[in-house]
Amino acid sequence: MDFSVLIGDIPTLVSVIVGVPLVLVAYIVGAEFLVRRLPDKLRPQVRPWIWVGPAIAMVAAFLFLPAVATFIQSFQDNHGNFIGLQNYATQLAGFPTGGAWIAVRNSIIVWLVLYMIFVLIFGLMMAVLFDRVQYETIVKSLIFMPMAISSVASSVIWKFMYQYQPPGETQTGTLNALVTFFHHDPVAWLQDQWPNGIGILNNLALITVATWGLTGFSMVILSAALKGIPADLLEAARVDGAGELTIFRRVIFPLMMPTIVVVATTLVIFAIKVFDVPYVMTNGNFNTDVLALRMYNLMYLSHNYAAASAVAIVLLVAVVPVLVFNLRQFRAVEARR
Amino acid sequence: MSVAAAARTESTAAVGSLSWIVQKVQRFALHIAVILLTLVWVIPTLGLAVSSFRPAFLISTTAWWTALSPPFQFTLQNYTDVLAQSNLGQAIFNSFMISIPSTVIPVTIAAFAAYAFAWMKFPGRNWIFLAFVGLLAVPLQLTFVPVLTFFVAHGIVPENLQSLGLPPWVGLWLAHAGYGLPFSTYLLANFFRQLPSDLFESAEIDGAGTLTVFFRIVLPLSVPALASLVIFQFLWVWNDLLVALIYVGGTPDVGPLTVNLANLTNSLGQNYQLLTAAAFFSMIVPLVVFLSLQRYFVRGILAGSVKG
Repeated sequence: MDFSVLIGDIPTLVSVIVGVPLVLVAYIVGAEFLVRRLPDKLRPQVRPWIWVGPAIAMVAAFLFLPAVATFIQSFQDNHGNFIGLQNYATQLAGFPTGGAWIAVRNSIIVWLVLYMIFVLIFGLMMAVLFDRVQYETIVKSLIFMPMAISSVASSVIWKFMYQYQPPGETQTGTLNALVTFFHHDPVAWLQDQWPNGIGILNNLALITVATWGLTGFSMVILSAALKGIPADLLEAARVDGAGELTIFRRVIFPLMMPTIVVVATTLVIFAIKVFDVPYVMTNGNFNTDVLALRMYNLMYLSHNYAAASAVAIVLLVAVVPVLVFNLRQFRAVEARR
Repeated sequence: MSVAAAARTESTAAVGSLSWIVQKVQRFALHIAVILLTLVWVIPTLGLAVSSFRPAFLISTTAWWTALSPPFQFTLQNYTDVLAQSNLGQAIFNSFMISIPSTVIPVTIAAFAAYAFAWMKFPGRNWIFLAFVGLLAVPLQLTFVPVLTFFVAHGIVPENLQSLGLPPWVGLWLAHAGYGLPFSTYLLANFFRQLPSDLFESAEIDGAGTLTVFFRIVLPLSVPALASLVIFQFLWVWNDLLVALIYVGGTPDVGPLTVNLANLTNSLGQNYQLLTAAAFFSMIVPLVVFLSLQRYFVRGILAGSVKG
């Protein structure tokens, strides 16, 4: 490797590490200096905008206004002419396999529903089981570890698990070694569109990767909620002769429900945006396309920005319930404050 | 603690009685389930870790667990090869250059804003904060087309920035900062609000200005929240693939590790010996951050998710 390139870059690195915070602190100190020169009456009116201004400007510039622009662009062609719903019509034509339908199906049914259920069930199961063993901390760390690594690295790890060699040869992939051990033919997990070319098997293979990566997240939150349940409540149930399963169903689960809902809303946002795993593992081939990947390909391969905007709006529509729920939740909490 | 404590109280059943045996069996089944689940979660990473130290010809002909029994044949060849071939050093450098400012900018700006949201009065405060909460859920995909169009039209693209003598990642930094702000502001404002208000009042009586209160009281008291947020944002940017692909593309001289690794996956195909080593290089920094600061990381996740 040529390290000289990197050594030449060190001044850049230093100037960025020192320069960026310096600019930010200089901004606030300088602005405060100016505010203090203002007459007493004006000061409390101007000061908040100095502090909150940069955040509002950046959120407006990078999130709010672009979202509005995308919405408008989804009704235009690539030259800015208004064409009504035509972009949507193109994307949603040819049900059930044309246009964006495969991506819609995978994003909604496979990722939004199945993936969310997997992550919640595994997370809940682990939270409850691990709570009962003394070596809980270490086990939780091991489960949580995939959270720290990128989905790209996770995908590489799992490509290795899914590796396929033709029947009769030594299987180097863990799963196919297991499958052939039980005298079954090796499976091309990522290409196999079982059953009947619908593509459930390979999509399951993809959500397995993401489930493996994100279960630690739901486990940690659900585990914290579980530990928040008062011990005397469970003790009382036990004294009354309730079995462990009944206690879980009638006491623990209802008390954890609010947290489960919060985790689920977060998972919806993760699931609908999923991109990395399909991009690295199949690039959307073999019926594994998802909305985020389709949008990326429309942008970069076809340079069809209008169509990409329409797909983005479909993504937004899918998270609107979560958005509304979050806002309601937030206002309810504020009201109690 | 609660459930565990209750369950651990080895019950009152007499040794050797039927209920005693049932309990022993249940405990045994519990341990088996826990260990099995953990093994399933660890094996994929373990497989890749072992493989990355195996010679290429063995990787392609035998399964990774055969390496765990004699004869032990391990090598560092994959690591030296991948460093020599694939711009990995440059990519690691780029990842740092992207992640550090993309963490510093949003966290600092969010701290300013959170301070105002928590302790200053201004018209529209609650509505603006509500808008931030709403934007938490908006998919980033919604912003790519207009922001990219704007960047291209105004020359905020890597080649142009480089020719001006600026770092090529400026657009990416700003984008990451904008995307990270709603969450950062939300988290910090919630934390700042819980600081005792007497502190501020007595400081003001002592004649401390807004800046002094912010830098001398608020920030030092908020180190735990700031630490979780910094770790969170840093790992999010370090592990990001999509935003980097959109704004700096796949060019090796500016792309981060994730882009490099994704490209390797496509170009190497079945050449797993190099891919295994490259994947582990990409995991070093997150794993070090994670293992050393796990407590803060977990706290950040809890603060961000258990709303209210």
